[in-house]
Amino acid sequence: MIAKDNFYNVKHLYNRAGFGISYPDLEKLSHKSIDKVVEGLFKQAKRDDDIMLIDTAASRNQLLMQAGLYAKKGELSEEDKKLRQEIVRAQNEKSRDLNIAWVNKMINTDAPLREKMTLFWHGHFACRSNNPFFAQQLNNIQRENGLGSFKTLLVEVSKSPAMLQYLNNQQNRKGKPNENFARELMELFTIGRGNYTEQDIKESARSFTGWAYDKEGSFVFRKNLHDDGTKTFFGKTGNFDGESIIDIILENPKTANFISRKVYKFFVNETINEAHVKELADHFYKSRYDISALMKKMFTSDWFYDPQNLGNKIKSPAEFIVGLSREFYVTYNKPQVLIQLQSSLGQYLFNPPNVAGWPGGQSWIDSSSLMLRMRIPSLVLNDGEIDFSGKADPEDEAIIALNRSTKQKAVKSFVNATADWPKFLGTFPKDFTPLALAQFLLQPKLNDKITKLISNNKGLKSTTIEITSMPEYQLC
Amino acid sequence: MNRRNFLRNTGFVAAGSLFVPAFMKPLEAMALDELSLYKNLVVVQLSGGNDGLNTIVPFGNDIYYQKRKGISIKPEDVLKLNDMQGFNPNMAALREIYDQGWMTIINDVGYPNPDRSHFRSMDIWQTGSDSNQFLSTGWIGRYLDSNCQTCQYPYTAIEVDDSLSLALKGQSKKGIALKDPAALYRNTNDPFFKAMIQNDKEHLDEDNLGYLYKTMIETSSSASYIQNTSKIYQSKSEYPASGFANQLKTVSKFISSGLKTRVYYVSLSGFDTHVNQNQQQGNLLKQYSEGMAAFIKDLKTNNKLEDTLVITFSEFGRRVEQNASNGTDHGTANNMFVFGGRLKKQGIYNAAPNLSDLDTGDLKYQLDFRQVYGTILDKWLDVNNAEILNKKFNTLDFI
Repeated sequence: MIAKDNFYNVKHLYNRAGFGISYPDLEKLSHKSIDKVVEGLFKQAKRDDDIMLIDTAASRNQLLMQAGLYAKKGELSEEDKKLRQEIVRAQNEKSRDLNIAWVNKMINTDAPLREKMTLFWHGHFACRSNNPFFAQQLNNIQRENGLGSFKTLLVEVSKSPAMLQYLNNQQNRKGKPNENFARELMELFTIGRGNYTEQDIKESARSFTGWAYDKEGSFVFRKNLHDDGTKTFFGKTGNFDGESIIDIILENPKTANFISRKVYKFFVNETINEAHVKELADHFYKSRYDISALMKKMFTSDWFYDPQNLGNKIKSPAEFIVGLSREFYVTYNKPQVLIQLQSSLGQYLFNPPNVAGWPGGQSWIDSSSLMLRMRIPSLVLNDGEIDFSGKADPEDEAIIALNRSTKQKAVKSFVNATADWPKFLGTFPKDFTPLALAQFLLQPKLNDKITKLISNNKGLKSTTIEITSMPEYQLC
Repeated sequence: MNRRNFLRNTGFVAAGSLFVPAFMKPLEAMALDELSLYKNLVVVQLSGGNDGLNTIVPFGNDIYYQKRKGISIKPEDVLKLNDMQGFNPNMAALREIYDQGWMTIINDVGYPNPDRSHFRSMDIWQTGSDSNQFLSTGWIGRYLDSNCQTCQYPYTAIEVDDSLSLALKGQSKKGIALKDPAALYRNTNDPFFKAMIQNDKEHLDEDNLGYLYKTMIETSSSASYIQNTSKIYQSKSEYPASGFANQLKTVSKFISSGLKTRVYYVSLSGFDTHVNQNQQQGNLLKQYSEGMAAFIKDLKTNNKLEDTLVITFSEFGRRVEQNASNGTDHGTANNMFVFGGRLKKQGIYNAAPNLSDLDTGDLKYQLDFRQVYGTILDKWLDVNNAEILNKKFNTLDFI
């Protein structure tokens, strides 16, 4: 492949492995070989600064207070009730702040591959926690280990208070096993349905007994709650604990296949090419579950750049919002709007529909969500008025119940965002044509209709708004 | 309109019925699809977990008063339906509807291994899954997917809202969400939007871009159809001034103007009453009942009540015992309401909740919610419920 041809390939790579690319960067990288460009992406991804929004000490303190309230018997005093309400209010506020902090991190990051991996694992290890500190912890685990060893990632996720709580391992005790975590570990996190028996679930649940977190929100192994009897799992018999169960699951190449398949669907194509997935799975397994090795293999494979894999993936709401904001250097003066956009489009980060994550692909699109997606760029770039409201998250029903007024007021608000037009337009060479702009902004190949529609356009700014309002802009 | 649909809509398609005007035939003699073309289902979702025990109050059971010292409804305030159960006083508007035989109350509807998370339990109710199963399609969506004769159009299922619930999303077909048909019509007639979909045949292949174009084209034609069919209709009925009643008014407008939509979906939220329940729930039940009463009467006036079935559900009920804040926490089984002009079993369908036989403080379910769905699918929407619910559920006798 000659270097000059790499304009479209680099653009494709940066759209899938990150959240898009600026024109000057694209120009620069187009002259390099794909292998070199991929290397650069990984080099950038070495940075992995955590989100440190939620203060550890303060959260521990809050957890202790909460535990204290729970322990009280009988009716709480007015003071205690106030305190409890205040904790819930503070948590909800912090949870929203955490969401916005991550979205902003994705918009501004210098390590796009790492944030994209975090987004992938966020959907894979889908979890809800009403404790923002736990949610932040899990997000940081997914970021730190997102390009490392899958085993480490899996163990760390399994030990995180957010997941222990979400999948009820906190209640998983010797003699009273709770199978929720053990079941999802196999069904959704590692090997997939059809590769284990109900007995395997029972035996592995016993092995995870005693994995819990303490009052301060740290993992602890409670030896007295652990069932240390003999278990038989995947045909092996022994005195297994949680980690040995994870090892046995990873020994099975089907786990490498399951993960590679999911990676393929997220980064390459919703329609699986079995040969390509097998190639990835073999490599992943041989590398002893090194996620970087898997990703490098994929990004440097010729088939990654095959025409059927270009510009044919429906952007997730997160990819769409982050991509748009990154592309136009958008500042949200009222960041709450980022949450409104996410929930209206059906992907409110940190709030997946269930432990299986967001289904993705065509399920993002129905008539209302598509109409909204096509209007959002002009709303954001032109500071338009929002005349839609997302559905309430069911977890917010309690707050709705408290603040309910009988008459629903029509919500009218503006996006209140600032796009940096001079910066965006300044990235292009003089005499840049509307057609060249479309070629840059859209991933699918231009067709006659688009060409006709914009080739007589005058300004680049109005052309930009038209292009980003096209259905083609929904693909990457 | 193509020939096939044209024929079907005239009502002359069934063999042997040729030239016999529809009004001369008894209902049973009409072909199934003739009848079903005009049958509507309206699903009303109460989000947050409505407390069923303070909605349909078991005033005849002492245990209710023992467990709910701070929030129980006094026997003299209950609008009695039989000697065991009665309406919350805020539901007075439904009394007349109930007395007319247009309402059925099904007690203790739930599912095995209930989940107490709002999100998860709502997911289970909307997808019709088992509690340890994750489906990415909704039960109405799968009905659309089933290729029934009347479900080829996206407006076969309409949600009166800004965004579409999972319940209405199928694998290949999805319902349409709209709050205001005029606004959607304006948006799809925007010159830019029009230009995008004009003469666009080249994109309509199987890939994702084709899917986007197909969705745009369908949205545009649905918006025109809905707006043009419903815009001339003026309701003469009075509705209370609430967002919920407004949604129902829109549904009534659609039904009464003859829209060929089979399923409508509306919701009312705020039922998660952990604290000081009575006032909040009272307000909501009042909104619900007044809205529903106006809606049912409106349908009756327009001769559509016979062809309409309305169901109401919530993702779970609440615990039998109140909490320390004069509220209730998340529970399990709950009552469901069915409204219509052709109910087979009117009034209270089954035994009141047994408050002395609980599952760690929660009601045990008598009926699986998928039996209710299954009954509607089999008997009202004319599809085999096993196709939609992935296994066969026994049907009930309320229709």
